[in-house]
Amino acid sequence: MAAGTSLPPLDTSRAPEGGEVGAIQSGWRLAVREFASNRLAVIGVGILLFFVVFCFLGPLFYHANLLQVNLIDAHDPPGAGHPLGADTQGFDVLGELMKGGQAALEIGFFAAFVAITIGALVGAVAGLAGGAIDTVLMRVVDIFLSIPFLFVVLILAARYGASVLSLSLVIGGFSWQVPARLVRGEVLTIRERDFVAAARTAGSGNWRLIRRHLLPNALGVMIVNVTFQVADAILAVAYVGFLGFGLHYPNLDWGDMISDGVGYMQDGYWWLIYPVGVCIVLTVMALNFIGDALRDSLDVRLRRR
Amino acid sequence: MSAYVLRRIGTSIIVLIGISIFTYLLLHAVFPSPARVALGLRATDAAVAAWNKQNGYDRPVLVQYLSYMNNLLHGNLGYSYAENQTVAALFQERLARSIYLSGISLLLAILIALPLGIFQAVRRNSLGDNIGTSLAFILYSMPSFFLGLILIQVFALSFPILGFEASQSTNIWVVIGDWHDMLLPILTLTLLTVANFSRYMRSSSIDVLAQDYIKVARAKGLPERLVLARHMVRNASLPMITLIGLFIPALLAGNLIIETLFNYQGLGLLFFTSLGKEDYPVLLAYTLVGAVFVVLGNFVADIALTVADPRIRLA
Repeated sequence: MAAGTSLPPLDTSRAPEGGEVGAIQSGWRLAVREFASNRLAVIGVGILLFFVVFCFLGPLFYHANLLQVNLIDAHDPPGAGHPLGADTQGFDVLGELMKGGQAALEIGFFAAFVAITIGALVGAVAGLAGGAIDTVLMRVVDIFLSIPFLFVVLILAARYGASVLSLSLVIGGFSWQVPARLVRGEVLTIRERDFVAAARTAGSGNWRLIRRHLLPNALGVMIVNVTFQVADAILAVAYVGFLGFGLHYPNLDWGDMISDGVGYMQDGYWWLIYPVGVCIVLTVMALNFIGDALRDSLDVRLRRR
Repeated sequence: MSAYVLRRIGTSIIVLIGISIFTYLLLHAVFPSPARVALGLRATDAAVAAWNKQNGYDRPVLVQYLSYMNNLLHGNLGYSYAENQTVAALFQERLARSIYLSGISLLLAILIALPLGIFQAVRRNSLGDNIGTSLAFILYSMPSFFLGLILIQVFALSFPILGFEASQSTNIWVVIGDWHDMLLPILTLTLLTVANFSRYMRSSSIDVLAQDYIKVARAKGLPERLVLARHMVRNASLPMITLIGLFIPALLAGNLIIETLFNYQGLGLLFFTSLGKEDYPVLLAYTLVGAVFVVLGNFVADIALTVADPRIRLA
C-alpha cells in the first residue's frame, strides 16, 4: 500500500492489475496469520466451536427428558441420573443447557445477520449517494441509536411472545445502526478510489457498484462488527429471558433458566444458576476475543462500537 | 462555538421529534388503546368502543400523536389505568431512587476506572495490568444479573454481611443511609461500568503516552509523576467524556435489570412491572423519557468536550 500511495494518483497508463490483486490476497493471508498467532483468538474460536458442537451435536448423543414434568427428580443435585442436576420440573440441566444454547446461538447469529444486512445496505446507500439522502439516513441512524433498544425488545416480546425468529428479527432490527455508520465511513473513502471510477466508466450502475465493489471492500469492518453483534445479541436474549419474556415451553433459553434458579438460591441449589451463567459468559467472552483479534488483524482504525 | 451549539441543538431537536414519532407509532401499533386495562378483561366491545370515543382513542393516529406531544410538553405524561395514578406521579415517586443508584454507581465507576486505566497503561503488560484486563474481559462478557447473583451468593448468603434486597424505604434519605442493603446493587452496577470504562481509559492512556509531548516532557527532565499529572491525565480523560455520554442507554438497561434483581423501587422496576400489566402509558412515557436522556447525554458530552479540549476548533 505504501508504494501505491506514492504513485501519482491518476496514472492510468499503468493498469493496476496482477500485482494489486496479489497484494490484496496476501493482505487477507496476512490477516489470517496474524489472527492465528493471537492466543486469545485461538482460545475464543476453540470455546465457540465447543459450544456449537455441545449444543447442536450434544443432544444427538445425550438424550435428556426436557418435556415430561418429573417431580420425583425435581431439584436433584448433580449425580448419577443427572450429571448437572435437575431443575424445578425435574428436567435435566445438562440437556437444558444444550437446548438453551441452541436458542442463544441461533438468535445470536441470525440477529447479527439481520443487523449487518440492514446496516450494510443503509451505510452503502448513504455513503454512495451523499447529500440529502445521506443526511436523512444518518438522522434515522441517530434516532434509532437514541431509543433504548432493550426496552423496545421487551415491549414487543411481552406483547407478542418470543420465538427464535421474532427475537432475532427484533434484536437485529434494532442493532443495525453501528454497522450502518461503519460501512458508510468505509464507503466514503472507497468511493473516491480509482477502481470505483473505473467501474463507473465501464458502465456499472449504483446497485452493481455497491454489490461488487463497495461492500466487498468494506467486508473487514463488517466481519469484525458481526462478531460483536452476535455477542451482544446473546446477552440481549439472556436479559429478555431473565426478565421472563423469553422463549416458552417446550423451548427455553439460558436467561430463563437462571431466573428459574433465583428463587432457590437460599436452598443452595447452585446447579440451577452457575452452569448456565458460566455458559453465557464463556460464549460471549469467546466472541469478544474473536472480535478483538479480528479487529487487530483486519482493521486497526476501527474502534469498538 | 455558539454557532456549533445552535447547530447541535437543531439536530438534537430533529432527532427528538423523530424519536417521538417512531416510539409513539410503534407503541400505538402494539397497544392501540388502554381500554381493556382500564375497563377490565370482561368489558364488552361496546363499552370499549364507548370508552375509546370518550377518551379520544378513536381519533386518527396523527391527531392522537399531536395531542400526546402537546400534553407531554406541558408536563403531562399520561395516565396509568393499571396504577390509577398519573404517569408523572409514578415517575416522581421513583425518579430520585433511580438517579441515586445510577448516579452513585457512575461516579464510583469513574473514580475507579480513571486511575485504574492509567495505572494499567503505565504498567503495561505487568501482572497488575493483565489481571485488570482479564477481570474487565470477564465482567464485560457477563450479564449484569449473573454478576448480581454471584455477589448476592457471596456477600448475602455465604457470608451474610450485606442484604440481598435493596432498601424498600420510600424516603430517599433513608435509602441513601442504608448501606447494608444498597451496597450490593451499587457494587454490581459499578463493577460492570468499571469494566467498560477502564478498557477505554487504558487504551486512550496508551495512545497519549506515545505522543511527542510526553517524550518532550520526559526529555526536559520532568519527574514521571508530573509528566502523568500535568500532561497525560487530562488528555487521556477526554475520550471518557464522550464515552459517558454514550453510556446512558447501557445505564438505563442496567438499572432495569439491577432494580428488578434487587427489587429496588426505581423507574426500571416500574417499567418491568408495567410490562407484565401491559400498562402502555407508562411504557410509552418511559421509553420516550429514556430516549430524551440519551439525546441529552450525547449533547452535553459533545458540548463538554469542546469546552474541555481547546484543540477542537469549531466554526
